[in-house]
Amino acid sequence: MRVNKPEDFYKNVSEALAQPDLKMIIRRTTDKAETKRAEAVANFPEFENARTQGQKVKDHTIKYMDHYLAEFEKNALAQGTIVHWASTGEEASKIVLDICRQHKAKKVTRSKSMLGEEIGLTHAFDNSEMERIETDLAEHIIQLAGDPPSHIVWPAMHRSREDVVKLFREFHADPTYSEEITDLVRSARRDLRNKFLTSDIGISGSNFLLADSGSSCTVTNEGNAELTITPPKVHIVTAGIEKLVPSMAHAVPLLRLLTRSATGAEITQYNTFHNGPKRPNDADGPEECHIVLVDNGRTKMLAEGMEAMLRCIRCGACMNHCVVYKHIGGHAYGSVYPGPMGSVLTPHLDSLEVANKQTHACTMNGRCEEVCPVNIPLPTLLRSLRAQSWDKKYEPLTNRFVVQSFAIMAKRPKLFQLLSSSGVIFMKVFSRKGWIKYMPFTSGWTRNRDLIEPESTTFMHQYKKIKNEKMKKAKKGGA
Amino acid sequence: MSQKISNAGRTPSNTIECLNISEKKVGLFVTCLVNTMRPSIGFASITLLEQAGCTVEVPELQSCCGQPAFNSGDDEGTRQIAYQTIKQFENFDYVVLPSGSCAAMIKKNFIEVFKDQPEWLARAKHLADITHELLSFLVDVCQFEPNGIELDGSYTYHDSCSGYRALHVYEQPRKMLSTVKGLEHKPLNNHSECCGFGGTFCVKYSDISNEIVGEKVENVLATEADYLLGGDMGCLMNIAGKLNREGHKEITALHTAEVLAGLAPQILGGKDAS
Ligand code: SF4
Repeated sequence: MRVNKPEDFYKNVSEALAQPDLKMIIRRTTDKAETKRAEAVANFPEFENARTQGQKVKDHTIKYMDHYLAEFEKNALAQGTIVHWASTGEEASKIVLDICRQHKAKKVTRSKSMLGEEIGLTHAFDNSEMERIETDLAEHIIQLAGDPPSHIVWPAMHRSREDVVKLFREFHADPTYSEEITDLVRSARRDLRNKFLTSDIGISGSNFLLADSGSSCTVTNEGNAELTITPPKVHIVTAGIEKLVPSMAHAVPLLRLLTRSATGAEITQYNTFHNGPKRPNDADGPEECHIVLVDNGRTKMLAEGMEAMLRCIRCGACMNHCVVYKHIGGHAYGSVYPGPMGSVLTPHLDSLEVANKQTHACTMNGRCEEVCPVNIPLPTLLRSLRAQSWDKKYEPLTNRFVVQSFAIMAKRPKLFQLLSSSGVIFMKVFSRKGWIKYMPFTSGWTRNRDLIEPESTTFMHQYKKIKNEKMKKAKKGGA
Repeated sequence: MSQKISNAGRTPSNTIECLNISEKKVGLFVTCLVNTMRPSIGFASITLLEQAGCTVEVPELQSCCGQPAFNSGDDEGTRQIAYQTIKQFENFDYVVLPSGSCAAMIKKNFIEVFKDQPEWLARAKHLADITHELLSFLVDVCQFEPNGIELDGSYTYHDSCSGYRALHVYEQPRKMLSTVKGLEHKPLNNHSECCGFGGTFCVKYSDISNEIVGEKVENVLATEADYLLGGDMGCLMNIAGKLNREGHKEITALHTAEVLAGLAPQILGGKDAS
């Protein structure tokens, strides 16, 4: 698997922009997501209320995190679930692999979880003696292709239908030769069915953890989480501690926000609440159930004033509405979480030093904040990261120099006006028929666009002239 | 002097307010792009504000709103620029800018860099309260309606992100433009999607910005309008610059204020507007 690195952002962007069809493939999904979300919001008059409520639920739980974590643990233990705590991603993925090894597992099925990617679980399995089987259709596609995910809701968004046809023909035991979506889905189902039933261990993520019952909720459209969790003897949940909510009643408004914001659906096909291992009277279910609660930078974010980001319910709306994401796609970000939310999260999961360029790849147009179902002020958070990286001097020196020189001029208005006038004279030299095609020091602009020719002198110059003339006239008239 | 004392307590301005001709003292912040690239927008703003019954003054010691520093994360630089902007403008009744993004900078962002300086925070908050984007100020505060303006042709409108999302400027320019005789509106597909300008973004990430503005240009061309209008010089320069680079001369970008002040024919004729 070729994985981009966050520190190579410039290179990743160039490569992404050079891919001829990428933009079109992304647009197909994001445009549809935008339209469907807008319809869903329009048909849900309580959206704004739900949003405020959702934000409150999250803020409250985050504020009393220690209390709810303790309550969750107590209730999960009471259900017979074994609870593990991991402070880093590595620790978390080691806990999962150790459990699998204790059970001498050969095959593990996994239902889609971005946290699994975050803690490096996919890699850990691929480097182990065990076979990892992704059961979410999109995850199945990228597993066959050997790609990392490029979106948090549609991880295979960067793959076209033509790609999928090819992959399925190559890898499925009994492939379809049709290019119809229903046939392709059938082909994947045939391939996965047997694997579900012969898996030793099922691993899932969690959309919500309910403190008052110790249960975990998963949301899917394919039912693959249920098939991942129920047949194997052992079920392991990995979840970030920010997934916590006090109770089912608190999860509901968030669930309503999540599905509408992600796909525009009122509700997903499968919303399941899992309550520990199989009880004596249960018809099915795992015999053993583990839950790994992962911190991996979350408490640090809380301490650093980034608590708003912990509200994120991973709906993907911010990336669907991001003009930058739409052009460069998810892989360019070089991290598990792309787009606006990723540009805020990655500096905390990796480090600001390696992921500061992403915080600048934003026009501050505010659309992500506008659609975020839990009101995360993404542009403000991005800017605060820029301020941190400015203080730590992570920016390229040339950028720093330009911004600082401009600020030095701007805080001296007389000098600023003088330089503006010289600027106009300078630009005039390079103007032809109202436009500047090239000029020194402006290649960032003129590489891709022309620059309009300025008027003959600055506004201030013209304004002063007119004012002086008026005063003269007034004096004459008055005399 | 003696007269002033004898009038004390009778507040002569009341008489003016009774007649509903309260005078508005407006400080015009022309913004650095208008100052250097397109002074006619500044003069158009003065014309419109005066028509709307304001007294306009342009403080000479103005420079930039501080966005390049702010968006680069240079809080100290932003503060340095903000100090003198506050000093220059805080004593007006209103401060008006012919730009959504610069107005939003003063209205929304100054307070962020003064979190730890209570005295300046209070002054920044006051400035935020009296600051307005030009087109919304004309409609919302002055209830202004342009009169007798004519321009033949059709226009499409680009909503700048700061104007649209941060300041909710949407109806105001359209309302005023609907009074222009001979001018027809052609809606722009994805009108509220960013044009890729983003201040320093467009030079830092020139190639991404280029892709974004390329798409904007496609949408603009699809309207087949004669004019592209907007309220922000940054976006207009960006879209117009891309249109010209691609050889499209059939559509001209103008600031809404230029049209409303009746300067369009002069500008299209190729003369400085002053
Ligand atoms: S930041 Fe907001 S919009 Fe983006 S994924 Fe998280 S919840 Fe969704």
